[in-house]
Formats: sequence, structure tokens, C-alpha cells
Amino acid sequence: MRIADLLAFNLKLIERQRLRSAMLLAAIAISVMAINLLTGIGEGGKQFVLGEFNLLGKNVLIMLPGKKETTGGIPPLTGETTRDLTLRDAQAIARLANVSAVAPLIAGKMEISHHKLSREAFTIGSNRAFFAIRQLEVAQGKALPLLPFEQGQAVCVIGSKLRKELFGPKPALGQWLRAGDSRFRVIGILKDKGEGLGFDMNEAIIVPVANAQALFNQAGLFRVFIELRSLDGLQQSQQRILALLKERHEGEEDVTIITQDSLLSAFENILNTLTLAVAGIAGISMLVAGILIMNVSLIAVSQRTREIGLLKALGCPARTVALIFLSEASIMALSGALLGILISELLLATARGLYPTIPFTTPFWAQLGSALIATVTALLFAAIPARKAANMAPVDALLDKKAGQA
Amino acid sequence: MIELQQLCRSFQIGDQCVHALDHIDLHIERGEYLSVMGPSGSGKSTLLNMLGLLDTPSGGEYRLNQTATSQLNEEARATLRREHIGFVFQSYHLIPRLTARENIELPLILAGIAPKQRKPIIDRVITRLALTDRAAHVPSQLSGGQRQRVAIGRAIVMKPELLLADEPTGNLDSVSGREVIELLEELNDEGITLLVVTHDQAIGVRAKRELKMIDGRIASDSARPAITPQLAP
Ligand SMILES: Nc1ncnc2c1ncn2[C@@H]1O[C@H](COP(=O)(O)OP(=O)(O)OP(=O)(O)O)[C@@H](O)[C@H]1O
Ligand SMILES: [Mg+2]
Repeated sequence: MRIADLLAFNLKLIERQRLRSAMLLAAIAISVMAINLLTGIGEGGKQFVLGEFNLLGKNVLIMLPGKKETTGGIPPLTGETTRDLTLRDAQAIARLANVSAVAPLIAGKMEISHHKLSREAFTIGSNRAFFAIRQLEVAQGKALPLLPFEQGQAVCVIGSKLRKELFGPKPALGQWLRAGDSRFRVIGILKDKGEGLGFDMNEAIIVPVANAQALFNQAGLFRVFIELRSLDGLQQSQQRILALLKERHEGEEDVTIITQDSLLSAFENILNTLTLAVAGIAGISMLVAGILIMNVSLIAVSQRTREIGLLKALGCPARTVALIFLSEASIMALSGALLGILISELLLATARGLYPTIPFTTPFWAQLGSALIATVTALLFAAIPARKAANMAPVDALLDKKAGQA
Repeated sequence: MIELQQLCRSFQIGDQCVHALDHIDLHIERGEYLSVMGPSGSGKSTLLNMLGLLDTPSGGEYRLNQTATSQLNEEARATLRREHIGFVFQSYHLIPRLTARENIELPLILAGIAPKQRKPIIDRVITRLALTDRAAHVPSQLSGGQRQRVAIGRAIVMKPELLLADEPTGNLDSVSGREVIELLEELNDEGITLLVVTHDQAIGVRAKRELKMIDGRIASDSARPAITPQLAP
């Protein structure tokens, strides 16, 4: 039997038994979708985390207010403590020997307007060092000026997307923006880094940290980035910084220092657990889909026993009969898998629309893998009924006799 | 062409052994036209299935064109069926989702013949059976006689030497039954070996050679009237 004819034969079959085909298609699609959605979410989370911290070099430490128990787990990204991390703390750290630069950080959303145009933007209060540490480049104008931490200045650097939205084609450099009660002159525009991971710098506005304190009416820092001169003695430097903070905070160790390594390894645990969960759920849904496929194939064999008998009477060899059933199963599996991938892509795209900062995407290997697993499962589970059909004696199949005889 | 030697087929039903075919000897020449009659349960269908290689004997030998078939595997038997034998069944056995044309085409498809070569063959068969304006209809849209004509078309599309018909008129009224029989006889005139199982005396006597079966034996054979006097009723 030629492949094109086999396909045509099976398509007519699938088309005629719409309900059965739809059920089977749904089962396979759902199991493939489960794999793709879960890996998509897992990957999104992973990329989000990596993106958030990967921009930092290995020699950058992040300090957060609040103390985590050092038994592993996720560091408190938000930070909860009664004692603020202050600009003076940051200054004190900057004076330590192995510290080359310190960038304090305050961040939040703020309504930014220019004339009649306004929009909510991610507002960051920091300093010149922040640009180097986050590897931000200025396309036009210049970065924030070098100022003492506690001195403000009514200037800002804005992301390229924000510039476009507020100024359109008109020049932005030297123009004034309003943020809350304050006004800032635009002195620089960030280079477009494409759709960024973590916070999207293209939509951000950066002002001196002292101005941000006033804007948000908040003295405490959200984070402090600390750049070390060298990676040697990273441990000791970390200890010295902690000791310094403890001394400054009346003997209480109420800050957390994160290195890129510790962060990644902490997340790796979570990610590994997630991967296991994905594998488990995917396995279960594949099994369910497989059993469904087997049942449907078995039903098909008994419904079509007379047809099998006819095919055999017409001289169709057993292997072709098996092929007809197996190929029907694989057509279903492949289209189900495709459908599943399509739906999961749609859902992930919707999720990306809702949470633009998290890059939900299913890696290619997961799409390929899920399609492959679905097809293999379908074939495996269809093989048993197909063999049963193929090995039936022609006369029994033709007369649809259930009982065997001597 | 066909040579049966002491052919047996028995079925075990409970602890009872039914001899559906009881040591049958039969010789059929190419181009013969036989009818098989006999009471219900006498083994007519079993004989026909045996000749069609749909069933395997419990004993004896069946030679088709000098090939001993009892030792063949199912694969080789399928090939013989495909190339040499056509079947017509009482209940048509058409595939309901396929049109008349597609049903007739099926053996060619299964044999792996290319669409270009299939087309003229099917066209010829459809014209021959006067099914041209019914070719695109599915079986449920056809009358019984038309369905049986489609089934005959399917049986002859591979140009078999042997055509086996098990009560081909059983589900038809007398007019369409006669048409179907005349069609089969035309095919026989063109050289095909024809064997018809029937309950209808009027149809049975049309054959050039009449077999009568009783209890799994050939009770009478019009070609050899003297052979089985002890079994005459
Ligand atoms: N698959 C089977 N299992 C058990 N017994 C069978 C089977 N097929 C046929 N038989 C028995 O073999 C005998 C012959 O059956 P067969 O179908 O050949 O009769 P038949 O002459 O064609 O009858 P009918 O005119 O009713 O079609 C019967 O006794 C029947 O019960
Ligand atoms: Mg019968």
C-alpha cells in the first residue's frame, strides 16, 4: 500500500468518526500541553531569575535589608526588617578596602509626564556606579553625575522606550519631565538593550538616589550593589561588610548579602524540584493519553473487525493491516501534539502579555520531546490492538466470530 | 486449477466435534461454472471459504494452480487471494464510508498500484457494471442490486481467475438477483472460474456443473453422477 493511499484511507476514517477522533485528539493535546506549559513556566521563572542577576558580574554582591536564615532556600528578595538600610551604611561600605564601587538603589513605579503625555514608569534612584554595575550604556547625553550619595540633583536618564513614548520624534535631551512633585531635566538616554529580562530598562527612568528618597518619601534602600576590586577574598570581604553593618546596626545582623553563585544555587534546587514535578505530571498525563489511545484502538478493532476481514479477504497482508491501525494512531498523535503545542504557545503568549517581565517560553527541546513522547506512546499503546487485528484469521474477522475454534 | 484431496474442516463446539467438511475430493477446471446447493449447515460456506483461502483445513490438501496451500503461511495465502481470487458475499461487505468508486478501488490500493494506473482500470470496471452515475455514492445511497454490483466490481478489479460468491442473491429481490447472476455468468463467459453457493433452485440449475452438499460431503456432482450413490437422499 502506498503511503499517500494509506494517509487518504486513514483521513477518511478519522473524518468519519469525528467524536472518537476529537476525544483522542484532546487527550493527546492536553498531555502535550501539560509538558509544554510546565516547562514554559519553569523556563520563564528560570530565565527571569537568571536575567535579574546575570547582568551582574561575579564580583558584585547584592545587599538586601532583612536577614534570612542561612539554611538555604530563597533569599528574601523583598526584604522585611524594621531597621532601614541607609545611605550612610552604603557610604561606610564604599570606604572598605576591597570595595571598588557601591550603588544604592531605591525603586518603584511613578507617574512620569511631559506636557500632556504621561505614563507610569519604573523609577530607579541610584548613582553613577549603578550604570557600570548593571552594564547600562548611554546612547545620547551622559550618565548620572558623580555626586555625594546624599546630594540630589534634578536630572534623570531615561530608557529609549520611555523617551519615545513621552517625546515622540522630538529631541528629549535638555527637556524637563515631571515625576510626582518634582521636575527632572533629561541628561541622558539609555542605549536600547532590546526586550530586557527582569526589569525592563527601556521603560525606566533613573534619578539620583537622594531625589528618589524624596520622591518615594522613603529613606531606606531597597538594595545596595557592591562591586569588589577582585574575586580573591570574596568570603572575607563579605564577612567584613556584614561585620561593618552589624556594628552600625547596634550589633544586630539584619542584612543579607547575596552573591550570584549563592543565588543561582539556591534557585537551582527549586528549579530541579520543578523539573521533577514537570516530569511526573507529564508522565501521568502521557500514561492517561496512552491508555485512552489503547482503548480507542481496541474499540476500533472490534468495531472494524468485519472491515479487517474484508481487507484480509482482498489479500491485504497482516503487516498492512497493522500499518493501517498504527498509522492512524500516529496521525492522531502528531496532530494532537501539534494542537497541544499550539494551545500552550497561545497560553504562554497570553501569560507574557499579562506578566511582561517574565519570559514564558517553552524551549525547543520540550516541544520536540513532548511531540515525540506523545507519538511514541500512541504507537506503543496502539501496537497491541493493531497486532490483535493483524493476527485475526480472515474468516473469523469477516464473519466477526468472537469465539475461537479447534 | 483446483484440486481438493480428502479435505477436512472440523469445529470443536463444547465437547462435540462438528465435521463441516468431511474428506472432500474435488477437481475444478479453469473456466468452469459451478453451483453449490444443500441444506443449511451442510458446509457450503465452509467449502467456499476454504477454496478462497480464508480458512485453513484441519486435514487433507488443497492445491490451487498446482500450489499446495496447506503449508503456506498467512502472508503467502494473502498474496494468492489478492492475485487469484475474488469474493462476493451475501451481505456485500462494502466499506460504508467509501464511495462505490473507492470501494472498487480498494484492492488496487492495497496492492500498491499507482493512482495513474488505477484510474483506467476502475473506469473500465465501472462502465462495465453500469455504475457510472452511481460511482460517487456511498453504499447507504445504493439499492441492494447496485451494492452487489459494486461488490462484484471490487471482486473482479484485480482480474482474478476464480470468483467465489456465497449466496450473492440472498438479500436481493428476484429482478436484481437475476441481473447479478447474469453479470456473474457474463464474467464466466469471459473466462473466469465461477462458483456460486445458493439456496435458490432456479439459480442453481443455471450452472453447468451442480454440486449438492449434505453433512460436509459432496452428495452429488452433476459432472460425476455415479460416484456417490450411497449418499443419495
Ligand atoms: N466458526 C465456526 N465455529 C463452529 N462451527 C462452525 C463454524 N463455522 C461453521 N460451523 C459449523 O459448520 C457447519 C457448516 O457450516 P456452513 O456455514 O458451512 O454451512 P452452510 O452450508 O453454509 O449453511 P447455510 O446454508 O446456512 O449458510 C455447521 O454445522 C456450522 O454450525
Ligand atoms: Mg453459508
